[in-house]
Amino acid sequence: MKNSRYVARSTAIAARALGDETMVMSATDSTLFTLNEIASVIWAAADGVTPLDQIVANKICTQYDITPELALTDAETLVEDLAAHGILLVSDQPVTGPANARGSTP
Amino acid sequence: MSGLIVEMAAKALKLNMPLSVQLDLTYRCNERCVHCYLDHDDHGEMTTAEIKELLDQMADAGVFYLTVSGGEIMMRRDFFEILEHARLRTFCIKLKTNGVLIRKKEAQRLRELGVESVQISIYSHRSEVHDAITKLPGSFRQSIEAVRLLRKHGIHVDMANVLMIHNVHDYDGVKALAAELGSQFIIDPTITPMMDGDRSILGLNVDENTLREVFHNEALAGNVEEFCAVPQGPGQEELNSLPCSAGHTACYVSPYGDVYPCVQFPLPCGNVRRTKFVDIWRHSPQLNEVRSIRLRDMLACSQCIHGGTCTRCPGLAFLEGNMRGPSYQDCEKSYARTGIPSENLKRRKASSQHLQLVQIQALASLADNTRFLETSIAK
Repeated sequence: MKNSRYVARSTAIAARALGDETMVMSATDSTLFTLNEIASVIWAAADGVTPLDQIVANKICTQYDITPELALTDAETLVEDLAAHGILLVSDQPVTGPANARGSTP
Repeated sequence: MSGLIVEMAAKALKLNMPLSVQLDLTYRCNERCVHCYLDHDDHGEMTTAEIKELLDQMADAGVFYLTVSGGEIMMRRDFFEILEHARLRTFCIKLKTNGVLIRKKEAQRLRELGVESVQISIYSHRSEVHDAITKLPGSFRQSIEAVRLLRKHGIHVDMANVLMIHNVHDYDGVKALAAELGSQFIIDPTITPMMDGDRSILGLNVDENTLREVFHNEALAGNVEEFCAVPQGPGQEELNSLPCSAGHTACYVSPYGDVYPCVQFPLPCGNVRRTKFVDIWRHSPQLNEVRSIRLRDMLACSQCIHGGTCTRCPGLAFLEGNMRGPSYQDCEKSYARTGIPSENLKRRKASSQHLQLVQIQALASLADNTRFLETSIAK
């Protein structure tokens, strides 16, 4: 069985909801991203302590017509992508401290 | 501007969200710049708690870009406490400072707090000229040291060069200095009236020839042929367009909690000490009045050849007497760029000639009629 993964928003970002989308800017290199409606749901729920599969099951599969397997695969791709840009942390353990992708604590 | 930013701004406009706010923490300053539009006395700045509460309200209202400015922002002892709170509320933070109080420790902290950019005013590449403008001996050395430290910590620095009669020949030197220090160079050729409407500092503005020279300098303007091309006049799209983001997706908050459409648009719209920021943003009659301005409603501008390309600032127009009227400072810029006078400039010229005739005719009744009239007609 696959271990749960935890996701936490980096503190080294600027972010704001804009309608059902979210704009996120990396404070490291000022790259700007916009997250669509579903990605925004995952982003908002990325508190570091709720496992990703639970976020997908409770926040995505209950609201959108998508199978849990496909939703989880898509969510994992999304969080890996955001983690590669340093705006989200992905961990096998709950993330309880400040999630600063650059390694320093504001 | 990138496509994504334009898209975001359009969405914010549709949702009536204040995407950008400039918050001045203080009007106090350690410099006394000759062209400054502010009164530097403290008339009751917001407390730390009030500013933190305001930041919370602004984040909840949807503010993304937060420009923290002054006065000199580091004159506030709670500056970093405020900045830490802004970071917690995930704003995209830009700072405007003279940099005089930035040392290693401050530069490191700004880096840790993920500040997006810092704008520092550098008036000349010559210390004696810069210091004469700021009236603070040693300020050039300190500001340049701040630029170096910030760049060393990887922070984006904009070096802003406000052009005036004191430093009219120095912009090339500042541009070269900015390149040497790895900073972005920004030139601003407009001295604006003081916040209280006092226009005495407008005499510091550079003359028409200098403006023309700046606009036709390829190193500053890029494609001069395109930038200075004769415009075609406004089309239907431009006639229905908004003048700028002031009051639409942006606003300004003073150190006393007063909300204005823009730092350059001193029309009071409410005070956050009495009314929630979001309520001022949504319901202020003054902001709604600003939002109603369209190019098509402006008598001369809608018929002006520059109508679609002019940088007309409604705040400067307001300071000149009417937010729906002309901003002659912008008319003069359009003229310097293209060599074609705007409708407002033409009307002003005609009107001043008319006034001159009336004045001389009045004098004529007291003296030699024929001579004064001949003189006036010849003018």
